[in-house]
Amino acid sequence: MLRIAKLPIAVFALFILVFPWAARQIPAIEHYPDIMVFAGIYCLITIGLSLLMGYAGQISIGHAAFFGIGAYISGILTTNYGMNPWACMGIGMAVTAIVAALVGTPSLKLKGHYLAMATLAFGIIIFIIFNEETEWTGGPDGMSGIPGLSLFGFEFDSVERYYYLVWGFVIAAFIFTVNVIQSGTGRALRAIHASESAAGAMGVDVARFKILVFVYSAVLASLAGSFYAHYLNFINPATFDLFFSIKLLIMIALGGMHNIWGAIVGTGLITFLSNEWLQYFEEFEVIVYGAILLFVTVILPEGLAGVPGIVKGWFRR
Amino acid sequence: MEKITLASQLLQYLITGLTVGSVYAMVAVGFNIIYNVTEIINFAQGEFVMLGGLIMVFFHVAMGLPLILAFPATIILVTLVGILLDRLAIRPIRRPSVLTLIIATIAVSILIKGTASLIWGKDPFDLPAFSGRNPITFLGAVVQPQYFWVIGFLIITAIALSIFFDRTILGKAMSACADNPDAASLVGINVKQMIMLSFALSAAIGAVAGITMTPISLMEYDRGAMLAVKGFAAAILGGLGSFPGAILGGLIMGSIESFGAGLVSSGYKDAFALIVLLVILFFKPSGLMGSIEISKIKRF
Amino acid sequence: MSADMKENVLELQGVVMTFGGLMALSDLNFKVKRGMIKAIIGPNGAGKTTLFNVITGSFPPTQGTVTFNGRPIQHLKAHKIADRGISRTFQTVELFGNMTVLENVMLGCYTRIRTSFMASGFVLPQARRKEKRISETALKILKFIGLSHKFKDPADSLPLGEQKLLEIGRALASEPELICLDEPAAGLNETETHVASSLIKAINAKGTTVLLVEHDMKVVMNISDEILVLNYGRKIAEGPPEDIRKSPTVIEAYLGAEA
Repeated sequence: MLRIAKLPIAVFALFILVFPWAARQIPAIEHYPDIMVFAGIYCLITIGLSLLMGYAGQISIGHAAFFGIGAYISGILTTNYGMNPWACMGIGMAVTAIVAALVGTPSLKLKGHYLAMATLAFGIIIFIIFNEETEWTGGPDGMSGIPGLSLFGFEFDSVERYYYLVWGFVIAAFIFTVNVIQSGTGRALRAIHASESAAGAMGVDVARFKILVFVYSAVLASLAGSFYAHYLNFINPATFDLFFSIKLLIMIALGGMHNIWGAIVGTGLITFLSNEWLQYFEEFEVIVYGAILLFVTVILPEGLAGVPGIVKGWFRR
Repeated sequence: MEKITLASQLLQYLITGLTVGSVYAMVAVGFNIIYNVTEIINFAQGEFVMLGGLIMVFFHVAMGLPLILAFPATIILVTLVGILLDRLAIRPIRRPSVLTLIIATIAVSILIKGTASLIWGKDPFDLPAFSGRNPITFLGAVVQPQYFWVIGFLIITAIALSIFFDRTILGKAMSACADNPDAASLVGINVKQMIMLSFALSAAIGAVAGITMTPISLMEYDRGAMLAVKGFAAAILGGLGSFPGAILGGLIMGSIESFGAGLVSSGYKDAFALIVLLVILFFKPSGLMGSIEISKIKRF
Repeated sequence: MSADMKENVLELQGVVMTFGGLMALSDLNFKVKRGMIKAIIGPNGAGKTTLFNVITGSFPPTQGTVTFNGRPIQHLKAHKIADRGISRTFQTVELFGNMTVLENVMLGCYTRIRTSFMASGFVLPQARRKEKRISETALKILKFIGLSHKFKDPADSLPLGEQKLLEIGRALASEPELICLDEPAAGLNETETHVASSLIKAINAKGTTVLLVEHDMKVVMNISDEILVLNYGRKIAEGPPEDIRKSPTVIEAYLGAEA
């Protein structure tokens, strides 16, 4: 179950490489690379969240907050102070790390639904701050004029260029996370998930680990937020609401919580559902998500990642 | 002159706070009923309140049914939704774990919310107040009569529940389940039915809260989440599982919010309850009336 | 292992443990000599597992000191105590069911060989080398406890007897000076019990001090150098097996509990 093979990663990287070219050949899906940019941005968040929820066994229903903190710090510092966007990304990640550590330390001492509620409350508080601090954030109307990204004169000003930039980071983060999972550190995380008392008795500093993974997932979310801000050149608080935190949950549940590939698959599907397949059925969006989440929870607890196992089970009989 | 105005201002905030707090108290009581029997925190609790308001709008405003008929009709319908939640989302889960149950109730809450937006759209709806809108002047504070209906229904609910749990067989059976489900099933109590009943009861109480509050603050499809979080905060403040705690917690929470909005900042109104929730969770999760031993023994 | 070679590996002085109104342990004093196998016995509810939990850091004692190699440890958290060199198993087996047999033992090495989060993510050469050492150590232990052939199996697919052996193996991986076994023979049949006893003796023969809680009197009498008897959280007898077997206080405590 744990030897995450390197070959699928290589195949996937190849797919990512070729996809924009392939999409250009078929008019119907010409615009798909744009959707893939969003999918990539969200994957940065869900990779970290998957480590937190699926492997360390903790829950967060407030990660939209970290996504938003990254986006707003990038937006505010580049637009109002003209700072270098890459430096701002780093600042955003650093600030997020501190906030996550501050909030995470008392929160992760809580279990189960207390932890869920604490993250929920935190997420909503940050959302309210985005809406209220109009002087900094532009309030409910949002903040526009956020510059794009460029590196040594090379502008990431087309969908394709941004696509490769974002997915480059996604694949790097994915490989990094897979490495962690397969290492002694990953073992310690899975031990925490299985039995915190036994893990502690074997020398694992459970409290510190939980905070570490929480901060890691928050920092990735912040990075994603910065990419989001520089891509759309506009952000508003509505993007970072409770429903988005729940959507992240759905992405992970759909793909399969205990499988890091699940994060990619689930995120991709939900993003396409959201930005493409359901765009003429907007009124049904919320019901569809609710139905998907319920279906996965009751019928397919291991998500899509669990399907091969179920099919194998049929054949064995 | 100034003193009277300030005092009546404060009284105004207090009455508003107790009214809003009554709604939170009813949500908190709903949380406790389900939690006591199942140890589940029902994230969809706020949706029952929302449905109470909107379904009442349907029966009373759209269909023109008189108050005396529309009220029970609404409650019955919302109760059915509560039963559905148990049947479709809770009972079928094969390997219930904390995480799974949390996610299940979240799933149902967004399903209900989505359905509501489909049926009623995204605009807020109003209900006529039960006894009109002529404001009552009370020691310098100007108060809508509907406020007293809300507080009144909290009192009725509290009395009805304590009679139910202390004096009726069904209520005692539910308390037994809450205390020790294994022992309860050994003496012949159908635990599954008790669970369903707890959802039904919680839904009904939520509906009452929704119906009584809509004439004051309107109701729209997405109000559920905030109500749930604040109701949960009230439940935790009072000590999870304690009914007097839930009522106390709700009233305190509502007052904090009302005074905060009036004296500090109305934009951050919602944040007050959330900050109180975080403070309690971080420093005294057993709340005002809960005990640390009990909160350690309960599975989560 | 550059431990301060004191005569007594573990020493408890005046240990009291109260939960609310209940006194689970009262005024406990005893020593565990290096290299011995010491058993703790007593009727149900005597406080044996509470004692283990205090020693291994699940919670601090209400009063008293626990000294390990001369240094106090009663205020330390469980993971720090594991770092100092005390390992344990649990009364109800607490294996990591989501991992394989081998991975469970590999986790046992955590306290001795660790890599940082960053080093793991970037798979630095030092991380790779450490992983290799860890799996070699784990395989050796699996051989020692006789479970090499099942190294790839999920830990929760093992029968109870082998699960208990695996838990002991996991506790050994950190090369502890003192290993605390909580009812290693509970739920085992005769053959399995025999295997477990032999394993414990072999562990002790290699120099590890063993402290065990056990109900199975045959095992206790067979392998212990010294026995401590607890009743209602108090020590009522301590000494070599022959003395304990004949002690009227002990017999009364057990019979009294049954009556």
